[in-house]
Order: sequence, then C-alpha cells, then structure tokens
Amino acid sequence: MHKLLIDQPGAKKLLLGNEAIARGAIEAGLAFASTYPGTPSSEISLNFFQVSRESDLYFEYSTNEKVALEVAAAAANAGVRSMCVMKHVGVNVAADALMTLAYVGVRGGLVILTADDPYMFSSQNEQDNRYYGKLSGLPILEPSSAEEAMEMMGYAFELSEQLAEPVIFRTTTRLNHSTAPVVFGKITKPVTSGDFTKDPFNYVTVPAVSRKLHIKLLKNIEKAEALADASAYNFIEGSGNFGVICNGVSYNYVADAVGDLELDGKVKILRIGFSHPMPGSLIKSFVKDCEKVLVVEEGEPYMEEAVKAFAQEAGYTGSIKGKAPELFSRLFEFDPAMVRANIAKYFNIPYDPETPVDLSDIPELPQRPPNLCAGCSHRATFYAVNRATEGMETIHPTDIGCYTLGFLPPLSAGDFLICMGSSVSTGCGFAQTTDKKVISYIGDSTFFHSGIPGLINAVFNNHDMTLIILDNSTTAMTGHQPNPGVDMEALNFDGFGRVSVESVVRGIGVPHVSVIRPYNVKKSIAAVKEAISHKGVSVIIAQQACTLLERSMKKLVGKPFYVSDKCKNHRNCINDLGCPAFYVENEKVRINAGLCSGCGVCAQICPERAILPLK
Amino acid sequence: MDTTRLIIVAVGGQGNLLSSRVLGEAACRLDIPVRMSEIHGMAQRGGVVESAMVFGDAQSTIISDGEADLFLAFEPLEALRALNRCNSKTIVITNTSSLPPFTAAIGKGTYPDIEAIKQLIKEKVGRLITLDANALAREAGNELSVNIVLLGALIKADVLPITADSVKDAIRETTKAAFVETNLKAFDLGFAAV
Ligand code: SF4
Repeated sequence: MHKLLIDQPGAKKLLLGNEAIARGAIEAGLAFASTYPGTPSSEISLNFFQVSRESDLYFEYSTNEKVALEVAAAAANAGVRSMCVMKHVGVNVAADALMTLAYVGVRGGLVILTADDPYMFSSQNEQDNRYYGKLSGLPILEPSSAEEAMEMMGYAFELSEQLAEPVIFRTTTRLNHSTAPVVFGKITKPVTSGDFTKDPFNYVTVPAVSRKLHIKLLKNIEKAEALADASAYNFIEGSGNFGVICNGVSYNYVADAVGDLELDGKVKILRIGFSHPMPGSLIKSFVKDCEKVLVVEEGEPYMEEAVKAFAQEAGYTGSIKGKAPELFSRLFEFDPAMVRANIAKYFNIPYDPETPVDLSDIPELPQRPPNLCAGCSHRATFYAVNRATEGMETIHPTDIGCYTLGFLPPLSAGDFLICMGSSVSTGCGFAQTTDKKVISYIGDSTFFHSGIPGLINAVFNNHDMTLIILDNSTTAMTGHQPNPGVDMEALNFDGFGRVSVESVVRGIGVPHVSVIRPYNVKKSIAAVKEAISHKGVSVIIAQQACTLLERSMKKLVGKPFYVSDKCKNHRNCINDLGCPAFYVENEKVRINAGLCSGCGVCAQICPERAILPLK
Repeated sequence: MDTTRLIIVAVGGQGNLLSSRVLGEAACRLDIPVRMSEIHGMAQRGGVVESAMVFGDAQSTIISDGEADLFLAFEPLEALRALNRCNSKTIVITNTSSLPPFTAAIGKGTYPDIEAIKQLIKEKVGRLITLDANALAREAGNELSVNIVLLGALIKADVLPITADSVKDAIRETTKAAFVETNLKAFDLGFAAV
C-alpha cells in the first residue's frame, strides 16, 4: 500500500513537506487532482499519481497549468473536492482562468497550490504569488511547516466550500523540500462523482453576469477578512513591547531567534497563516501596544504594506519596518542567522554572531555546475547543430527543461529564455528583426505545454526559423513525468491516449519536417543542414528516450566505451561534447565506464577512431 | 533539548538524500526531534547537493553559514567549497576519495591536492576526521554504499544523540532489501574507521 494511504490515525511518519501536503489533501477527501509538474511542487503530484493507481482518487498530468486549472474548476463545480498543483510561474499560465474563476466560484472545495521558489533554486524568477490573492480576490493560506501544511490542507477545503470559491495554498521551496515527523489523521473517503445543474446567469461570464459576480466576489472578500481576523492560523505567541509579524518559514526563524536571544517577555509574534485578505482588526490590535514592529517575510513587502496601512488607520505612530537596506531584502531566501541578527539590530538587543571560518586563503576551486547526463541525447543534437552551422551566425532561443543546461560551453546551445514555450515565439521575433539564422530548442513536454501556439504563429506569419523539438518521451527535468506524447502502455499504464509530436507538427502545416535519431551524428548533421537551408519554418524532431530514465528502467542497451591507445590527445571529445563521463588522468583522456551510457556519439567524432566499445 | 546542526554536502548521485533519510528515521525511532531540508531539482544533474539536519528543539529546517556543529562531506573538493558552513569548533568528516568535476577535465580550474585540502580544513575547524569511504564501500561489496560508510563515521564521532543500533534499524527499514547486508557492513566499516 502507498505510504500516504495508510489509514492509521496517530501514526508518526517522517514526511517530506510535499508528501505531507498530499497526505493532508487525501485526509480531506480529495477526489480530483490535476497538475503540470514543476519544481518545487512536483512530489505532491507524483504522490497523487501513485495514489491514484490504487485508490479512488482521480489524478491527471494536464497539458499545462491553465488546462489543469480549468479541468479542476469544472470538477469542483460538479461538486467534488479538487486540487490543482503548480509551481509559482505556473500560476501565470493559469492566471487567465484563475481571475474569472474567482468570480464564478466553486461548489466542491478547490485548492490551488502554488509552490514559490525564493532564491530560484530551479526557476526563472522568484515572483511572490501572494499578490495573486490581491489580484484575484481569493483567500490565501500559508503554512510554516510540513506538519502544519498537512493539517491546514483540511481547512483549505472547508474554507473553499464555506466561501464557495477556490483557495490559494502558498508554499515555498523550503517547506516543500523540508522533512519532519508528522502525525497522521483519519482519511475521509472521497466523493468522486457529482453533478452540474445549468445556471447560465451565474456561470456564463458575459458582461452582465460578471458585473453581478464581481459584486459577489467583493462581498466574499469581506467575509474572508472576518474569517482571517478570527483564524487560528493567525496567532499571537509570547508577550512583550516589541512586535514581530511573520509568515511561512520565516516564522520558524523568528521563533528560534526569540529562543536563542532569550527574548521571552520582550517580543511577541504575530504569525500570519491566513494571508489574504490580511486580518486588519487583528493587526490593528496587535500593533497598538507595540513600541516598534518588525515584519519578517521573504519576497515582497506584501504584509509590510498591509500592516503599515492598517497601522495608519489605527493611528499607530511607532516604527514599522521590514524591507530596508539595513534589514531585510526582497531578494532570495532568509536564514536563521539573518533573522536573528536583524531582530537583534532592530530591537537593540546584544548579539554575538557565530563567525564562519575564513575562506580567503583557499585557492580558486573548479566549479561544479549541473550538466546534461552522460549520454543525454540533447548533447548529441546540440553537437549536430553546432557542426551544421559552423561559420554561420545563429541565435538559439531555448526553453525550459534539462536541455536548458546546454546553454553552457562547450555546447552553448541557448541564447534567450523567458518562460515555457518562449523558444518558438521569440524565435519568430528574432527571425523577423535580425539577419542571423534562428534555431530554437524546445522539449516534447514544453512543446505540448505552450509551444504549439508559437509554431502555429510561425507558420501563419511565415517566419524564417528552424525549431528543434528534443523529444525524449518524458518530462525529465522535474522527475520524469509523462506527457501527451509518451507511450503509456509501454510503461504499463493503461487507459491513456497518445498524441504524436510529428502529427501535430505536420497538422499545423509546417512546410519542412524531418525526424532524426541524434545518436547518428552524420545523418543528424545532414538533416540540420537541410532544414536550415529551407526558407520559412522548418522543424526537426530529435527522437531519443531520456538516458537517465532508460538507465533507471534498466533499458540501456549500449556497451560503455573506452579510449584506446590510438588516442592522439586531440580532445575533440572532451572539448566539443562536454560529456561528464570523460575525465583526464595523467594527461590521458579516459571514460568512466560506470557513467558511460554507450551512446557512441564521441566514438563517431573522434578523428582517430580511438574510442571503442568495451568488450 | 539542545540543538545539533548537521550539514551534508555531496555530488549529485552520491546518495546523500538516502543517508539523511536514514538518519532522520533513526532519530524518529529514538523520539529525538528532527527537521531537515534538501535541495532537489537542477542540482541533481551532477551538481552539488546539500542537506541540512537540525536535531533537537528548533523549528528551522536550514542552517546558516558558520552554524554547523557537524559537517559531513562526501567529496573533498565539496568539503572545502562549503566550509563557510563551519566555525572554529565544527567537527568535519570528509571522504578523501575525489570526484573531479567536469570543468577540471576541460581545463577550467585545477583540482586541489588532497593533502592540501585536508591541511586547509584542519587549520580552520575544531576537529577533522578523514576516511576513504569509497575504498571502504568497495570492501563492503558495493561502491554505492559510500553514503552508509560515512554515516558509520558520523555516528562514531559521537556528537549526535543517535545510537549505532538505531541507525542500523533504520538501514534495515529504509534501504532496499537486496542492499541491507552490504549497507550494514558498510556502516560497520565506517564506524570502525574513526
Ligand atoms: S535526465 Fe534525461 S533529458 Fe535530462 S539531462 Fe539526463 S538524460 Fe538528458
């Protein structure tokens, strides 16, 4: 049985934050879940996927976050408890649906989970999605720990049903990827089917209907504010003349700092866990008898702005600070020592920080950036393009996935990236405005997610560009989730359809389409040359399953290679491919047989034919 | 209960997530409060992977620079790189078997001499324990159990309130059945090496 399905109330388990979130939803009777995978949220949906194979939960990997939210919005309006999981930037994709769904509302509980990524451990920006609460008018809940997240999830569904609108559940990487012991509660049996009663004057958002619905939404915000004021998730801890207002993981650092600095009786904490609408009355009464107030929140001064506004209404004249050059930054993550130091500084408390060891006499160390796996077919494709375009001036708009890592030398296969799907559409713009050859890269999952409209645009407006679809039959970067192009039957999952990348491309009417097997270097170079000589849109589909996935499924067939005595130390292999299976020992090129996947690409480019398969 | 803070650094693929999992389970068995955090995602494509574990009464799941009581490194270069997590009292345990990054192979930087690394670390921290965990893992029968060898050395250093028996129980429970025997042997070899 899946560990999140164990129905043993009181059992104590060590769970990852994302597992605790999934368990919380399962305990709340979650019946329907959809997602597009994205770090740091991915393990939530991975667990739902596994659980759905052995329980009544319906789960789907949707094509993108907008689709995922629309699917879940309908399920919730049919009356079943639903959840939609995404990373912070995924909410941008879903925002069109979100903004008007806030007007329409839901009948069954709908929780939209956004996993924000301060410091951008694996994201292109660190936007603070609490502003989506303000923008949409929807309530936001923010836990501080794995165990609280599990419990709060049940409340999120209740709140959603109470207000008849979706609830945004906001986490950050440090919560998603922290592990702590949690105590299981009872699993509520999900109600998996519902019904939909026609009511077009409340559901069809023509202007006349929406005007009415916006009034309803504003009333709901008032109701939600009253609930936030009374919420047990907005609690006050400790006592003293100094006030600290904090949320999420910052609360943990504040609570530890109060202990470490021995501030009992001096500092009281207001922890905000129900953060949209902000609890105005509670904040006014909290700040009233504080000498000064510090707001501790990662990201934007979301709470600070609200606290200052409420304090002004209440006629509070003490100092309120948070984001300031001498205190907290909007940038990156916080950490316990930073919070401790700023609390000490702001409230004038003596504090002697620990000194990290001095690293000034340490020699410059070789970097260890993440790299495409040994044998990754993306490397072979990038190599073929680099060879085929030697001497040409090129621009490579790239996209989001493992292949983004190819932007580093020696492959240098990426010049521009803003968001999912942007490789295709930005390629159109570059092709129109420059004389350089535009060759864009996109993965199969990202192509389905949001690359298709860009390609249609390229064909309709007849842009002169080449799109290379790196089709490795999986969503590798986020942990090998399936996508619409994957042969699910081959993975022993029944009940799925399959969409072929090639049929989509041909259906769009792309004038020049070719399919390559990137491990065949010569043919790939020839195919790239042909495609880029075509004036107008051309597409190359590079098909080769992800090596890491093949390895984990024990499907790798190639024998590892070794460097024989014929090697004359040209080092084309190392210098042009950047494959991590290579290393240099006593000035000789070597291949780590344990890492080598046997793709044979290096053997094809060695001018001496010195790289041979192990017997 | 006092808090003890442990940082583990490794190279993606060395199995540090499993070792923190095992330690976490062992702490749970002993009812020792434990929280940990780890970096997933991009870092797992051959980059540096770091986990933080906080034992005792604390709510934070991460550890600031200079605040590690214990520092366990799976790879000597990464030990040196992350040494600002330590202070002059920190106990450092490092594997001496190196895994040169790819950048060194393409001539972007030189991998420092192991003895020099040891010397630099030793001068700066409270105590340095070194072992060739890869050799011990091979001796145990599987080079992939480097992570468990290092756990053995960590427990022997006797700073964590965690017993060897509880770790062994956690190994039995958490690691794949086929590897339990090798892992237990690896743990003992690491334990004996300190
Ligand atoms: S996980 Fe797959 S796609 Fe990603 S770098 Fe490795 S082999 Fe390439």
